[in-house]
Amino acid sequence: MSKYRLDYLDELEAEAIYILREVAGQFEKPALLFSGGKDSITLVYLALKAFRPGKFPFPLVHIDTGHNFEETITYRDDMIARIGEKLIVGHVQDSIDQGKVIEQKGKNASRNPLQTTTLLDTIAKHGFDACIGGARRDEEKARAKERIFSVRDEFGQWDPKRQRPELWDIYNGKIHKGENVRVFPISNWTELDVWNYIRRENIPLPTIYFAHQRDCITRNGQLMAASPFLNMDADDVIETKNVRFRTVGDMTCTAAVESYAFEIDDIIDEIASSKISERGARMDDKVSEAAMEDRKKGGYF
Amino acid sequence: MDILKFITAGSVDDGKSTLIGRLLYDSEAILADQLEALHASNRKNDDGSIDLAILTDGLKAEREQGITIDVAYKYFETDKRKFIIADAPGHIQYTRNMVTGASNAALSIILIDARKGVIEQTTRHSFLVSLLQIPKVVVAVNKMDMVDYSEEVFNNIVADFKKLAAKVNLDNVTYIPVSALKGDNIVYQSSNISWYSGDSLLQHLENVEITIDDSSTHARLPVQWVVRPQTDELHDYRGYAGRVSSGSFKVNDQVTILPSGFSTTISKIELYDKEPAEALAGMSVTVHLQDNIDISRGDIIVNSAGQPQLSNVIEADLCWMDTRPLDASLTYLVQHNTKTIRCKIQEVIYKVNINTLEKDYDDEFKLNDIGRIVIKTAEPLAFDPYQANKANGGAIIIDSRTNVTVGALMLRQSVE
Repeated sequence: MSKYRLDYLDELEAEAIYILREVAGQFEKPALLFSGGKDSITLVYLALKAFRPGKFPFPLVHIDTGHNFEETITYRDDMIARIGEKLIVGHVQDSIDQGKVIEQKGKNASRNPLQTTTLLDTIAKHGFDACIGGARRDEEKARAKERIFSVRDEFGQWDPKRQRPELWDIYNGKIHKGENVRVFPISNWTELDVWNYIRRENIPLPTIYFAHQRDCITRNGQLMAASPFLNMDADDVIETKNVRFRTVGDMTCTAAVESYAFEIDDIIDEIASSKISERGARMDDKVSEAAMEDRKKGGYF
Repeated sequence: MDILKFITAGSVDDGKSTLIGRLLYDSEAILADQLEALHASNRKNDDGSIDLAILTDGLKAEREQGITIDVAYKYFETDKRKFIIADAPGHIQYTRNMVTGASNAALSIILIDARKGVIEQTTRHSFLVSLLQIPKVVVAVNKMDMVDYSEEVFNNIVADFKKLAAKVNLDNVTYIPVSALKGDNIVYQSSNISWYSGDSLLQHLENVEITIDDSSTHARLPVQWVVRPQTDELHDYRGYAGRVSSGSFKVNDQVTILPSGFSTTISKIELYDKEPAEALAGMSVTVHLQDNIDISRGDIIVNSAGQPQLSNVIEADLCWMDTRPLDASLTYLVQHNTKTIRCKIQEVIYKVNINTLEKDYDDEFKLNDIGRIVIKTAEPLAFDPYQANKANGGAIIIDSRTNVTVGALMLRQSVE
């Protein structure tokens, strides 16, 4: 026996790599859901560690709302060129054109909820049996109870009352045809862990994570980037602010925070002393106390 | 800095959610918007203070019923350590959830209500902590404020628990008098309990020593994936990817591949762009072997000098986790490390009444039942007794009709 223990970042990294390799070993047709955000960027980096010098045993899948920050798409395309892996894009615009979903109206219109349909259609079209995602248990209380291997029925639904027991590090990926499993390799990481890991490993990020000047409006008490995708009216006042984004999603639902954190060290200091949790900057969770639980039951990421 | 995973065993009535809430609240692990939601809630304690138990409520159904149904994971850290709490329900109908939460814990907090002392559920929780081999135990005697912070009450409970601990083979037990509601001895040492000079609960969690077995003779590496790029420049590259589950491997170690039994030596250990000289328990690595042996997922690489048992008839402890009872005529699947094969439960030796610890010879295994069985597998498993090596002694049973995990196995020994 010895007192030797892995450093926490090494332990979290080893666990995530182990989970990624379990996906490769247990499933016929897995995919990695890539949003362009720091969590899925970390997943891609962990996949390099898990499978190089071999190729990834899965493609990356991006569900594109069409309302992206331009910086995210630039980053995505550069990254794909650099690592030489396959990217599949599912377009929310296609779901709209096919009449499967209807664009929201009004001031708070967002394509964020429409993504679920595009995601489920993309999964069905390619026959994915496992989708790797970057969700973490510290983000939100419904996520705190979700398994690392989370089974979804053929409608993509999560049933919190019928979750499989998950013991030790044995993950049961057995499913019936039509079902799929969402797999969350960084379940046990906190927001700060992700940032500390990105710093330690020197992982490049899209520029919008760092402080920059941007035209914003204030809506429902939050700073939103002014963009053609946001329905604005005469009441909305555009101001130029020094901001950065803590999460990267659709432009219509991702709020900015005022910040002068230009470097990763500044960001880590800022988060370590921050008084607002990360999902507090997501308008989609503010709708009701059970917002995330309800969306997950419906097939959301 | 390392991570300590711990589980809290107790029920709502013992103040378990309040205890966790207090740990998070007093260690300032709650952020502003969560605090805002907490204050906005109309659930309050009798004296009007915030009900900290709200912090651990997860699902809508749980809030409606005021109970914990499923294991919830909570994260917080101090300057000394990072913590992951598995918050598992304590009622008997959720035994499987507690077993699930306990499987990964390095420490268990057993909560005892100072007014009630050692009761039936204390026996149950202690038995499960022992069965799952959680290395360290803290007995938190809670609600000390309700017994006037009496030293005598505390001492009597400690004496009672020691008798129970001897019966279920628990050692390494630490006893702490606390009041989660008032905050005594949770994060800060309490002036209300001047007769107790030990650490507060959080101080103990920060300082408790957790060791791992890194001796080379217990080295185990279940193979998850074979890395074969098959490109022109890496034509002969063949790496075996997996996480070292126990012990440690070094380059040039003599190893045996099971179940085939072929032996070779380790020629290289890789971790992405690094080549560490040693692969320690918990590390995900890719190893290369001197000889070209046919190895695939499901095989395990072990140190030749300390091999596990290899058998297809194995005595084990079983916790049944499904609403459909165990059917001895059915073929199930067993998943052990990276291997999933068919199996049958050949014999039920006995069940344990986990409230009284008495043996029961009724052989119907229902939801939450625990007992000793003999399992027969389609191929031999390379396992260690769970008591000696948790990482290579645990397995799950899967119902191949529903694909659901229906049982947890703690393997004991080969029966030949």
